[in-house]
Amino acid sequence: MVAAEKGTWTVKKGLAEMLKGGVIMDVTTPEQAKIAEEAGACAVMALERVPADIRAAGGVARMADPSIILKIMDAVTIPVMAKVRIGHFVEAQILEALGVDYIDESEVLTPADEEHHINKHEFKVPFVCGARNLGEALRRIGEGAAMIRTKGEAGTGNVVEAVRHMRLIMAEIRRVQNMPDDELMAFAKNIQAPYELVRQVKELGRLPVVNFAAGGIATPADAALMMQLGADGIFVGSGIFKSANPAKRARAIVMATTHYRDPEILAEVSRDLGEPMPGLEISSIRPEERMQDRGW
Amino acid sequence: MKQVGVLALQGAFREHIQMLELCGARGFEVRKLQELKRCEAMIIPGGESTTIGRLLVEFELLDPICNLAREGMPILGTCAGMVLLAENIIGSDQPRLGLMRVSVLRNAFGRQVDSFEARLDIPVLGPEPFPGVFIRAPYLEEVQPPAEALATFMGKVVMARQGRLLSAAFHPELTSDLRVHRYFLETVAGADV
Repeated sequence: MVAAEKGTWTVKKGLAEMLKGGVIMDVTTPEQAKIAEEAGACAVMALERVPADIRAAGGVARMADPSIILKIMDAVTIPVMAKVRIGHFVEAQILEALGVDYIDESEVLTPADEEHHINKHEFKVPFVCGARNLGEALRRIGEGAAMIRTKGEAGTGNVVEAVRHMRLIMAEIRRVQNMPDDELMAFAKNIQAPYELVRQVKELGRLPVVNFAAGGIATPADAALMMQLGADGIFVGSGIFKSANPAKRARAIVMATTHYRDPEILAEVSRDLGEPMPGLEISSIRPEERMQDRGW
Repeated sequence: MKQVGVLALQGAFREHIQMLELCGARGFEVRKLQELKRCEAMIIPGGESTTIGRLLVEFELLDPICNLAREGMPILGTCAGMVLLAENIIGSDQPRLGLMRVSVLRNAFGRQVDSFEARLDIPVLGPEPFPGVFIRAPYLEEVQPPAEALATFMGKVVMARQGRLLSAAFHPELTSDLRVHRYFLETVAGADV
């Protein structure tokens, strides 16, 4: 008599709605996952190496070893995400079989396909994808992404690219909102986005899915900045476990994300956090090593 | 117009505020003590119960909410909200409000790949089934008086009430069906305690 339907668009998109106002932290061990959960992370991203180390190591970066992911899934009760290479749908099949809660089809790993992203509609597990602008965000949603994040420039501890991407997406959304209907088709063509999704953006005044900030966030102030610019929540990659006092910094970033509009609380939580991760000037990264240019 | 605060530390608070407005109540975000004091009723949304619980402690909202509830403030908790309202959270010592005489099991239906939608029979809402959206949802293993079960799915309790407290394992705020919110505002919130 009672039928349960799994993996629907509502439950895929819905989990991202539940993560809003929260911080998702990169972790590489069960111990780090516990520190993140204890600090109030709303989810963790299970990785073999954080982006800063991937950048330093060079070579081909792939999906993490399943045993690392499973150990992290065992260690915490909050949702566990994991990354696959752009276009590598078999890595995604493997993560789905492991029971991972969310898949990040990520530019942080070396792309497996330079033309096509994964057809994410085929999966019961939801996907999050990176974007630098509205067109890219809507193409990913068109392929089935149930959550979007800015790409920023991962592993740099430099928030400038995340700011650029969030500002651009928000500015394009405001433009669409004020656009007469008869200009929507040409706009969709210009930004290479599905027309139906452009129309939805106009109606909603925001993306049709949750939009987090990612790529270079290293301090509570960075997190609050991204929230004030319109992010629904925050991904912190290398910023926590590459800093001097991860537990304290993690807690501070969680509190800053909740009270992002309250300078007094932000001042309080920003105190005595120890050294942040060392930052990288974007212009010092060779163009072919920029992660944000992976995918289209 | 009823002033209903939605706990906005983390999670899907925006959707609850929209539902409240559609019901003709006034919804607003609650992050601080001053905002809590304006609440005639309160909703604790879905999100991560460990995150919300820790932030309740961190920002010193836990005891004030419990005190207001004991003085009769109505509270609706959905998903993480159901967990936070429960007296006993099986296998966990995480912070909680602990106001309802129930035992809750977190992620009881499984991980995200097992999240589902199903039509629910909820007698207090009338004969029409309610669209249940379950996301890494909990259920209640045990319900002791004065708490009472209002709905079950596959034999598990997924909605319960205790005086002016109401909890649901699913997410009415992710649907367009206003009946759970209406039931909370019109029946549960006005109940004698």
